[in-house]
Amino acid sequence: MQNPYLPYPVRIEEIITETEDKNLKTFKLVFINPDDQKKFTYTPGQFAELSVAGKGEIPIGIASSPTEKGFLMFTINKVGLVTSHIHAMKVGDIMGIRGPLGNWYPWDVMEGKNVVIIGGGFAFTTLRSSIIYMLDPDNRPKFKDIHVIYGARTPGMLLYRDELAQWETRDDINMHITVDSTDDPGWKYNIGFVPTITDQQAPPGNEETYAIICGPPIMIKFTQPVLDKLGYVHDNIIMSLEMRMKCGIGICGRCNIGKEYVCKDGPVFTLAQLNNMPKEY
Amino acid sequence: MMNVITINKQDWARGLERAYDSYRLFGPVKQDEFHNFRELVKGELPDLKLLNTRLSAKSMVYPQSEKLFEFTLDENREDHHILKEIHKDYSSRAVIGIRPCDAKAFLLVKANFDTPEYKDPYWIQSYEATTLVGYACNTPCRTCFCTTAGCGPFSEQGLDMLLVDAADHYLLKIITQKGEKFLNAAGWSSTAESDAAIHKIETMKQAAEEKITAGISTDKLKDKKTTELFEAPFWEQVAFACINCGTCTYVCPTCWCFDIQDETFGRSGIRMRNWDSCMYPLFTLHGSGHNPRNIKIQRVRQRFMHKLKYYVDKYGNGIQCVGCGRCIRHCPVNIDIRKVCDLMNNFEA
Repeated sequence: MQNPYLPYPVRIEEIITETEDKNLKTFKLVFINPDDQKKFTYTPGQFAELSVAGKGEIPIGIASSPTEKGFLMFTINKVGLVTSHIHAMKVGDIMGIRGPLGNWYPWDVMEGKNVVIIGGGFAFTTLRSSIIYMLDPDNRPKFKDIHVIYGARTPGMLLYRDELAQWETRDDINMHITVDSTDDPGWKYNIGFVPTITDQQAPPGNEETYAIICGPPIMIKFTQPVLDKLGYVHDNIIMSLEMRMKCGIGICGRCNIGKEYVCKDGPVFTLAQLNNMPKEY
Repeated sequence: MMNVITINKQDWARGLERAYDSYRLFGPVKQDEFHNFRELVKGELPDLKLLNTRLSAKSMVYPQSEKLFEFTLDENREDHHILKEIHKDYSSRAVIGIRPCDAKAFLLVKANFDTPEYKDPYWIQSYEATTLVGYACNTPCRTCFCTTAGCGPFSEQGLDMLLVDAADHYLLKIITQKGEKFLNAAGWSSTAESDAAIHKIETMKQAAEEKITAGISTDKLKDKKTTELFEAPFWEQVAFACINCGTCTYVCPTCWCFDIQDETFGRSGIRMRNWDSCMYPLFTLHGSGHNPRNIKIQRVRQRFMHKLKYYVDKYGNGIQCVGCGRCIRHCPVNIDIRKVCDLMNNFEA
């Protein structure tokens, strides 16, 4: 019987410090056994349990895209026991990974549609995965207009800054990067909170347009009325939730919202679904 | 199958002695003031002079603490920091004297551990290795409400055999092939009893059921709207006295939640899982400090909503409760699931 609690061993191949406060680092992981890599087929929006022997496990969204071969990428905020330990690890160190876990953004439904990505803070990881995935030459024709609204407190708190700059130069993706404030005179993008920039720059909502939102609760709270105003229907507003998790496979019982387990039935829900679930997240 | 045999009480002991050669035997044993299940040593008999065990029989399949993996942190070893499976004993075992409520509970819990997508190998292998020899309740407790919770004092659901104490002898009903196998190992005479014995069990069953006067109504739960029940005004009153001790979840045969933790000793370590409880704030505390069930009322509501609404909706398998009454008997502030169930079943938004 296959054991869903047993992590695949992986090696840390590269560590990138992403933000000026050094609290966010990206880890590139490679599988030690090539067969494990073949088994790990994922879709943007999914997450994995990262495992450190002697410390425990944490659920983290997958930041790499399945179109990027040979490694997995996770951007990790230093918060608790396991993440603090991971932040102190070195290239070459061994850890484990279980997954892929959870559902994903509804790529089949969004085919032929406009996609608006709205992200804030460090919740941009599975959104990066999604952008890389959609911009892949094989996938780009499947989608109409792509908009990205992404904000952080300051320019130095934005993730993946090199890639953001590169996407800015392309004509097949509309970037709307913003910061809450900056004293950098060279800052050439937006200044303002994500809900405000969404109001100003997101395309109007219709049946053909989907919004994927990922960010801190305060951003989601104030962005939702903006999307309502712009005419987005709740079936087309896609959200990814977070919860404290242990098993990641819907068995240990802690991450439920009503009868749904965020780890297995989510983490991706439409706003229409969330409207019929208890407000307990 | 479905045979009923008669066993005199001396033969009962001798049969268990014989079964000991091919099974690990577990049964209720009196420790200090109350009975609990544990492994029996050779020659030791289950103590069947009891109403019910203090803790349920769930630990027979799902231990309170269980090792999952082991690892070494010694970097001189090639496999350092890589988790390894642990050899486990899944040889045949039999739980003697489990009450029908605790046996039915395994069926309810199975829906969680054995799903189409994921199989919990520890729970499933342990469950499959276990033969359940049930013990019918001639004298139910005052707090039992199994007959209205989809179970009963003579219920055979989830059991491989059912033992009935008929005063000077036992009647044993063989229900499944696992039961048949255990019968052979015990070597009790397998001559099928007459219709009279079957009739006697039926009579005793009715007498026992009539003794259970407390009950719940669950008929309207599935049609209630989750969000309306969730916002119902009575939760504050239900939760008012609760001290979040977690006793209800600990004694419950159908509570299955667990935590996963690593422990290290020098350079070796294990990953283990331990029973956990939705009554504790840490159960849902995010790394950020945010907690969706930060206050008591949210946690109390979660426990009852899970058992009486979420489970009902998720599996279409009835409520996640067998009516054993342990949470009622052992709650230090007298919270009564029967009353909460009535509040929920009768609630109109």
